[in-house]
Amino acid sequence: MTDANPARTGDPRRPRPVVLRPMAPIVPRGNVSGSALVIVIAIMSFLCCMTLGSVTMVRETAESWQGQISREITIQVKPADGADMDLALDSVRTSVLSFSGVLSAEIVDRAATARLLEPWLGSDFSMDDLPVPRLVIITIDETAPPDFGAIRQALAEAVPQAALDDHRAWTDRLIAMARTTIVIGIAVLTLMLATTMLTVIFATRGAMAGNRHIIEVLHFVGAESGFIASQFQRRFLIIGLKGASVGGCAAGLTFLALSIWQQASMATPLADQASALFGRFLLGGAGYVGIVFVIALIAGMTAITTRLTVIRTIREIDRERADPSFGELD
Amino acid sequence: MIHFENVGLRYGMGPEVLRDLTFDIPKKSFQFLTGPSGAGKTTLMRLLFMSLHPTRGLIRMFDRDISSIGRDELPLLRRRIGIVFQDFRLLDHMTTYENVSLPLRVRGKDESTYRSDVIELLKWVGLGERINVLPPVLSGGEKQRVAIARALIDQPEILLADEPTGNVDPPMAQRLLSLFIELNRLGTAVVIATHDLTLMDKVDARRMILSEGRLDIYD
Repeated sequence: MTDANPARTGDPRRPRPVVLRPMAPIVPRGNVSGSALVIVIAIMSFLCCMTLGSVTMVRETAESWQGQISREITIQVKPADGADMDLALDSVRTSVLSFSGVLSAEIVDRAATARLLEPWLGSDFSMDDLPVPRLVIITIDETAPPDFGAIRQALAEAVPQAALDDHRAWTDRLIAMARTTIVIGIAVLTLMLATTMLTVIFATRGAMAGNRHIIEVLHFVGAESGFIASQFQRRFLIIGLKGASVGGCAAGLTFLALSIWQQASMATPLADQASALFGRFLLGGAGYVGIVFVIALIAGMTAITTRLTVIRTIREIDRERADPSFGELD
Repeated sequence: MIHFENVGLRYGMGPEVLRDLTFDIPKKSFQFLTGPSGAGKTTLMRLLFMSLHPTRGLIRMFDRDISSIGRDELPLLRRRIGIVFQDFRLLDHMTTYENVSLPLRVRGKDESTYRSDVIELLKWVGLGERINVLPPVLSGGEKQRVAIARALIDQPEILLADEPTGNVDPPMAQRLLSLFIELNRLGTAVVIATHDLTLMDKVDARRMILSEGRLDIYD
């Protein structure tokens, strides 16, 4: 055969060299179904990552409530006839501080107690006229809590009118609520992931339907199934990554924007209400790792679906070969 | 090279559209496959290309019983066959050059090893000036020649062409026929399915005539 790229001799009689464009990919880059698939994947990834972020946030908030309440216990000292309240409070504090696992003991002073009662009794009542109980707030070591039974016994001996409230009832309820919230969140996330996977699978198969003729031609010119599958898999992995990254980044940015808004509008009624309900709009490390995981999962699922669709299409072509009733008569 | 023995084929539960076909296609042979429309020419071409399985009978391709050929082996055997489909089956996002080089590309060959061969072949089929053109812009005859070039690029042992002159004018049909004859002279067996009597009259070649599912051969 002749030389297609004649030596550059400058001879005007020689044919001019053929200029070729860079080889087109075997699977075309852009078409309507491919763009639609990117959009579908982006939307589903966004929703999935938002759900994941919300679950992470709720979990952290619930854990924070749980931690806050289980770090403190309260001792209530009731007034008793002839007993000196200040002496009793000091005695309680001294007694409690002697136990290991107790980090601090703080007496709620008269002014603070008055403030606590103000909503019910008004500002101009006299504490001396009423049998107002006083509180000692004890901070404990969560990891090595003190022996509450021993504290109760010591208090009964030292200050009989003192009663220990270890918040166990509240803690148990909050733990139960936090766990329920997390389980519900994980269930919602699972449903969201399943929906996303199914949507991605059907959207990918839809986009692939328009490529059947390419699979047929490749199959008939002698391409092996693995080669055809890898060509499509590569193209659709890029589509999946593009869509999932857009959706995941959008979710991350949404959380970032909400966090900035929360910081900027701190101490306003709206932000306070939002903080009370949802906690801080801040994704922790787990949240960002989760988003990356969702992106990888969706992109991987797109590629795997593509591979399976290609292999199934080739099998359909081969089934037609085995069962001629699929064919056409000429 | 190809051997059919008592081959029959039916679609579903319908009647047999091909009955008791027994013939050989020797190496380096040249034959026309003809018959009226609906006689089963395309079906027989598909049997030859192994894209259909017979309902009964024995087919041996390249000394292999096709009923024993596995799914993974099929692409490798098909590489020894060049096929020109009636509807061309070109990929619209690829240029003429890219379509013709596709069989080599899927075999994992480096472009630098076949670039000059593809360009040379395109010039040979009269498409030297249409190398960078996409199929939607090509005429029917040009598409036909691209499909032929694609079938020939890897020097197959046999070329199957289904109505290769169906979309071209008589001078182009004559040119394509000359191309097939030249190819055959170089050692490739050729099977041309056609009902163009004028074309067949121009070559003294074997004629396989399909009629009502049966095959008569005139050497």
